[in-house]
Amino acid sequence: MRAATRTKPLRILIGKVGLDGHDRGVKLVARALRDAGIEVVYTGLHQTPEQVVATAIQEDVQAIGLSLLSGAHNYLFPRVIELLKEQGADEIAVFGGGIIPDEDLPRLKAAGVRALFPPGSSMHEIVAFAKGLKPS
Amino acid sequence: MDQRKARFTSLSGLEIARLYGADDLKGWDAHSDLGAPGEFPYTRGVYSTMYRGRLWTMRQFAGFGSAEDTNRRFQYLLQHGQTGLSVAFDMPTLMGLDSDDTLARGEVGHCGVAVSSLADMERLFEGIPLDQVTTSMTINGPAAILFAMYLAVAERRGIPVARLGGTLQNDILKEYIAQKEWLFPPEPHLRLIIDTVAYCSRAMPKWHPISISGYHIREAGSTAVQELAFTLYDGLTYVDAAVRSGLNVDAFAPRLSFFFNVHNDLFEEIAKFRAARRLWAREMEQRYHPKDPRSLQLRCHAQTAGCSLMAQQPLNNVVRTTLQALAAVLGGAQSLHTNSMDETLALPTEDSVKLALRTQQILAHESEVTNTVDPLGGAYYIESLTNRLEEEAREYFRRLDQMGGMVRAIEQGFPQREILEASLRYQGEVERKERVIVGVNEYVEPDEPPIPILKIGPEVEQSQAKSLADLRSRRDSFRMAGTLQALQEAAAGDENLMPYLIDAVKAQATLGEICAALKEVFGTYREPVVL
Repeated sequence: MRAATRTKPLRILIGKVGLDGHDRGVKLVARALRDAGIEVVYTGLHQTPEQVVATAIQEDVQAIGLSLLSGAHNYLFPRVIELLKEQGADEIAVFGGGIIPDEDLPRLKAAGVRALFPPGSSMHEIVAFAKGLKPS
Repeated sequence: MDQRKARFTSLSGLEIARLYGADDLKGWDAHSDLGAPGEFPYTRGVYSTMYRGRLWTMRQFAGFGSAEDTNRRFQYLLQHGQTGLSVAFDMPTLMGLDSDDTLARGEVGHCGVAVSSLADMERLFEGIPLDQVTTSMTINGPAAILFAMYLAVAERRGIPVARLGGTLQNDILKEYIAQKEWLFPPEPHLRLIIDTVAYCSRAMPKWHPISISGYHIREAGSTAVQELAFTLYDGLTYVDAAVRSGLNVDAFAPRLSFFFNVHNDLFEEIAKFRAARRLWAREMEQRYHPKDPRSLQLRCHAQTAGCSLMAQQPLNNVVRTTLQALAAVLGGAQSLHTNSMDETLALPTEDSVKLALRTQQILAHESEVTNTVDPLGGAYYIESLTNRLEEEAREYFRRLDQMGGMVRAIEQGFPQREILEASLRYQGEVERKERVIVGVNEYVEPDEPPIPILKIGPEVEQSQAKSLADLRSRRDSFRMAGTLQALQEAAAGDENLMPYLIDAVKAQATLGEICAALKEVFGTYREPVVL
């Protein structure tokens, strides 16, 4: 299925996972990606890792971008990646941003998070990263 | 003469003139629009002596890890001269979930303290004299339940609830608008809020049952005008609900309090506080005709703007916070939290929170700004801005009235959309460098050294899970289940739920169990997605 859809535009799921309700940043990112010509599927708030992965597969996205400002990133990012692997969908790239201290970045990268945008990141960097993702 | 820019605007986008003078205050009346401090319309402050009588309360919001961790931070802050406590709860607690809930995984103790049971609440306030400090609790969806726990702790210590002073945030409307931590649909939430208001009006003369909050609205990206308008309109919505429930306005309105953000635009922020007091007094007078003048007075807590802090060159945040704190003081706030410089990355360390507290102490004791009341009153610019903010807020009031009130407006996504648009506008201005942010889009330094930050380990989650398992095996389950059943029956009717909640927490029902029982009666809420 995925291989046959070469002409499709890039499609990315942007979501809030966990209990965190801070959605100012994620909405700015969703709008910026959309303005850059990327199809954005926005999940809304309070998603479980299971819901995010199910939506990603159902919506046939190439990447999942998650926003976390609650400090739960060390559990929730790896959990999403683990579920993608279990479902055989680990070609979907995972990236994210939020309140993520520098010292947590190596561990999250090692767990398979493709890119992280901690406080101080610019919208330009996020858009440039997303545009570099390959449509399937 | 050439000017640096074609157009000068406030942080919120209001156009600012080169000079303000008497012409800008045509129709403005020094008696009816300004008045005297402590008198209607309270533009100059709610007390006649303001900080000459008493300084503001220095109240640093704190909470992380376990109840013991946070108790130590409280003791530390009190030792360093803080004058009131303010509890930050973790995400699961804010959502009415126990620390051992599957949905709480990875979140326990991270952005506040985990409190799932009466035992947690007892450990949180161990050794703190509840009748001598005032405690503010930032809790909304499950506010009535955490409040019941606090009352039960006082009762066990033999302290009459009438002697407890403090504040419950208990403002669900701004949750739907901005902070997004809710449990139930709006109607049952409003009922729970009015139950706490009614309970306090009878039994707790020193308690503020609601802190009507603009802070989170501003953090979500609103302008100063939107913060002012939506917050005060939320306040009127609570007053309306309380009056409709049969309470006399003077039985509760004097105990309502407000909570505002203080952002970077010094004069706009000062004007916002002044406009808020005047607008509230006028609206309350016109809509409810209270007999007690205190029902007209807007008292507020202020917190410097977390969203103004930058990860780059974090020491600069101390300067931003100082300017914002100055605005709150010149604006006449009753209590203040100053953010710490490291809060873009994590909860603050002891050292950085001490520096934030010292910032307030320097303002209070060294700057001499406290010597006179409303020092900027009568200045053409400040009075013009105050007028402008009040007028623009009234325009929002008219639109909200037309929509049928705040609950209907929220269901239509109106305040959410207005805030999102403002946030997008601001982001665009920063990216185009129409607004300079030092260290971010100008004066950038490569390779900054990291600063020390506070770490929360996974052990809090494990120890909370263990203590909850112990609690469930030790308690009288039969009695506990009986209190939950009584609570559900009362919730299905229209009795005040506070006594039932107090019974349930005393019978060791956990926060998550009580919220689950109430969800069975009240249902849950899914927001309209606005993007």
